[in-house]
Amino acid sequence: MNQDQYRILSKRFGRRDGHKLAAYEADGGYRALKRAVGELGAPAVREEVKASGLRGRGGAGFPAGVKWGFVPPGAETVYFMVNADESEPGTFKDRYLLDYDPHAVIEGSAISSFAVGAKLCVIYIRGEFGWLVDRVQKAVDEAYAAGYLGRGAFGGAYELEMIVHKGAGAYICGEETGLINSVTGLKGQPSIKPPFPAVSGFLGQPTIVNNVETVAAVPWILEHGAAAYRKFGTEKSPGTKLFSVSGPVRRPGVHEIPLGLPFREFFTDWLGGMADGEELKAVIMGGSSVPVLTAAEAMETALDYESLAAAGTMLGSGGMIIIPQRCDMVELIQVLMHFYWDESCGQCTPCREGTGWLHKIVKRLRRGEGAPEDLALLERVCDGMAGLTICPLADAAVMPMRSFLQRFRPEFEALAAGRRATEPDSRWAREIRS
Amino acid sequence: MSVPVEDGTGFGLDGRDAARFADILARYPTRRSALMPTLWLIQDRDGHISDAAVSWTAAQLELSEAKVREVVSFYAMYRDRPQARHVLQVCHNISCHIMGAQPLMIHLEGKLGIRRGEATPDGEFALEGVECLGACGMGPCLQLGRHLYEHLTPEKADALVDGLRRGDPPRPDTDRDLEE
Repeated sequence: MNQDQYRILSKRFGRRDGHKLAAYEADGGYRALKRAVGELGAPAVREEVKASGLRGRGGAGFPAGVKWGFVPPGAETVYFMVNADESEPGTFKDRYLLDYDPHAVIEGSAISSFAVGAKLCVIYIRGEFGWLVDRVQKAVDEAYAAGYLGRGAFGGAYELEMIVHKGAGAYICGEETGLINSVTGLKGQPSIKPPFPAVSGFLGQPTIVNNVETVAAVPWILEHGAAAYRKFGTEKSPGTKLFSVSGPVRRPGVHEIPLGLPFREFFTDWLGGMADGEELKAVIMGGSSVPVLTAAEAMETALDYESLAAAGTMLGSGGMIIIPQRCDMVELIQVLMHFYWDESCGQCTPCREGTGWLHKIVKRLRRGEGAPEDLALLERVCDGMAGLTICPLADAAVMPMRSFLQRFRPEFEALAAGRRATEPDSRWAREIRS
Repeated sequence: MSVPVEDGTGFGLDGRDAARFADILARYPTRRSALMPTLWLIQDRDGHISDAAVSWTAAQLELSEAKVREVVSFYAMYRDRPQARHVLQVCHNISCHIMGAQPLMIHLEGKLGIRRGEATPDGEFALEGVECLGACGMGPCLQLGRHLYEHLTPEKADALVDGLRRGDPPRPDTDRDLEE
């Protein structure tokens, strides 16, 4: 199968000059923005994106055009924010867009801002992507100089200001209200919804937050039309999607696929199967927060929102983590529970305490200090967290915890019965002392 | 540029940094929303955000010192005390873990003679375990300054540390300007 025919988002990946304005314009860049402002007008842009069925690529999968429609009609001040806080473990797709195609992100952001009537657009990039903050800022400067942004753009017909905002290391800022609070100059703690940001967000004004990959698809949709976009993917999951693949496969990295592609085909043809000497054990399909699938379950599913939901997991961010047979699943869940405990913002008790307890209990199991009743305790802690907090971080910890426990229970049971896991920490402690 | 640049503690921004601060204030819609970029400006210059910098920032942005300090302490990348010259931040999250982050960390601990979370007595190196850096397909990886080092092996990590000790300019994997 010719994998290049699906390149909507990834066509400049790997190109040395792809991030420069001249190369982007030579590819037809900024034509869609000019047409949006000069000919179509905001309602027609919203309609086209809605008709394309483009769904939010950050994790929730909510239709972008529908989200835009939540801005109250006639709102005077509207803000648009691009979520480039990409921090979900296993996810590194937005990084490629920012690195190789920043102008597609900028053009898509500008068109989206225009569609919702925003005059200020903030691109929120995670602080760990320091070099990408510089790269995107340079591209924004180019767009200002070329008259696509700022005062006097489009003869004064649409004057958008764009800020590249650098985060400072907080997973929770990928949650849209946390992101808005962070830009406000506060701790990145999420706010309770409703009100939804589309009604009352940044500085109390209607605010739309979209993922990088979502906005990057918008110029293509305007250029080629919603019908052309729908030729890719399935009825309910139209278009293409970037999957960032990690773990011991032959071709890890970022791959663009038509939604609906069977996992088996993706695994074999795109990824080239497992690396030498490795055997597939499990797959996390859409970032560390979605339920894990066994190798057998993975092989029977397809990569779209509906098929993955039917398989008991989620498409999420498309951060696919391939787990080889040699991995101890309890060790991996300890790594993940440490992450959620570390990143819990601390404002909701079920999450603040729950993530800490999940980590502690898994750790004591691995130390050989667990008890058989610890497995039921893990489940009880999960029950006390899921759906009981302001934002989905608690659920994001519970989904891997429950699914690891359910699908790989014998590994937990062996530890609960008193077996001691090999503890890598003791190895380094010995080495340091000697 | 008529920006008030100093307060009673002697902390201030001047020259290019004062101009940048004025630019931040002009672009962000409220003074409070200028807080994160202002803290980055200070940390990029000083390496950390001192008590004097907190007082200065609070005065400039018309916030209480507590509101500035809570933001400094909430975000992992803001530092409130001086750091080692080279802070090696090794990702210990799931993808890098699968690809060997743990043996890499152990190797670096041996190489530097410190444990994770510590700094060398000469203040040259610090070693930290951090959460996902967004290089999952290129793991194991570490962050140093604004860049990432990817596909790390013990040999590659040794070469990095030895090079930094000699004062060689580092060649990060994410610095695509090196290719251009």
